[in-house]
Amino acid sequence: MSLYGQVGSIASIVGILLAAVLTASMLTWLERRLLGIWQDRYGPNRVGPFGLLQVVADMIKIFAKQDWIPPFADKAVFVIAPAIIMVCMLMAFAVIPVAPGIGVADPHVGLLFFLAMTALAAYSVLLGGYASNSKYALLGALRSAAQMVSYEVFMGIGLMGVVLVAGSFNLREIVNAQSDGWFIIPQFVGFFVFLIAGIAESHRLPFDLPEAEHEIVAGFHTEYSSMKFGMFFIGEYLGVALISAMIVTLYFGGWLGPVLPPIVWFCLKTFIFICFFILLRAAIPRPRYDQLMSFGWKLMLPVALINLLLTGGVMLWIG
Amino acid sequence: MNTELVLFYTASAAALFATVMTITRLNAAHALLYLIASLLAVAVLFYLMGAPFAAGLEVIIYAGAIMVLFVFVIMMLNMGSATVEQERQWLNFGIWIGPGIICLILLAEVLTLLVDNQRLSGARMVTPKDVGSLLFGPYLLAVELASMLLLSGLVGAYHLARPLNEREEEVPPEVEDQ
Repeated sequence: MSLYGQVGSIASIVGILLAAVLTASMLTWLERRLLGIWQDRYGPNRVGPFGLLQVVADMIKIFAKQDWIPPFADKAVFVIAPAIIMVCMLMAFAVIPVAPGIGVADPHVGLLFFLAMTALAAYSVLLGGYASNSKYALLGALRSAAQMVSYEVFMGIGLMGVVLVAGSFNLREIVNAQSDGWFIIPQFVGFFVFLIAGIAESHRLPFDLPEAEHEIVAGFHTEYSSMKFGMFFIGEYLGVALISAMIVTLYFGGWLGPVLPPIVWFCLKTFIFICFFILLRAAIPRPRYDQLMSFGWKLMLPVALINLLLTGGVMLWIG
Repeated sequence: MNTELVLFYTASAAALFATVMTITRLNAAHALLYLIASLLAVAVLFYLMGAPFAAGLEVIIYAGAIMVLFVFVIMMLNMGSATVEQERQWLNFGIWIGPGIICLILLAEVLTLLVDNQRLSGARMVTPKDVGSLLFGPYLLAVELASMLLLSGLVGAYHLARPLNEREEEVPPEVEDQ
């Protein structure tokens, strides 16, 4: 423990905050490059080595754009909405156990805190759509409210399987409980439910119906420009990194692994899941909105409940 | 005065102020945003009193799910009606400063709590396990009654939301012909 310092030290807080924001901004480049590779084209490869400085070029461009607030918008809410998703996502990173002794906070109910922050992030999209006061934004916000509230239910029920097996809401205890075997094996169904709910929560493709450009322009952020749009954009990538980190923590043993230091294992596993999220975007087409909702309530809910019932039964039987 | 008490009184003041503002607002959307701030303040109070599980549920269920549906309904009602113009006149910048400041104070408090893991001295820690064994032990009857109430709500919602062609006895014959 002493080798890595303490949970909540200034170095941990600043380090994790910077790492989260930097990862999210680098993802804008990584996503386009990986999509390029999978779709047999180059992607952005002109600025700097491998196109790495594309992020800087994009940043300069997005800051130089006119920061326009539509005259028909609800101005204050319009300004606050993009900040909510950034704050909630970064707050959720606080409970991620990166490695022994590295982390911002270690509350008793870390898993609940994560669920609370993802639940509050729904307000960003909802208020953004409401404040924009335009038809497409409103449609996007309505879709996203229904989608996020529904999928939160399955996400919560799916996660309870892990809580039952580990016997704790504390994320560090959950990681330590996996030293005999990762929870992906006993909780495979729970992992499946959490993965799908996680994609829907971060409204990534194929579940990006709130911003589906072929039918509702850009959905909830139609009216946003410049850095306000940038915050929605980075917030979404923060969500991808957050869900990946949570999948690793809950089902793939977090920092546990042989030979390499714990923090390297954690980053490596998280990186693999981030790439998996991007691969999903390249591979799967969007469902229709009603298909998305009926898939959730008619398939995911029963599966999550049966998983909870069976896990509870087995845990009681084992004692 | 120690840190716990400072945190407690600021969170209480925030909750009281937000609740008063919720009641006095003329506009439903403003009232809702204050109500959300109030619920978050109450969650901080629960955490301070050593009940992190209740605090988590307060945020996840009340602020994160029920209030989202309230905002959802407000958005639906605003669509295409004359109230949009009326609401727009009421919405000015000053209205939003209040909830913003309250949320910032609470955010700072939650950050401090997370880092220090503090709770009020004298309050007993209530773990999620305690809550579970109380709910499914002495209070089992109340849990069952609540679940029956929810089931009746679910059946009612199912009846209302059924597609029209499945409710043949309620459909007038001329609609069926078309």
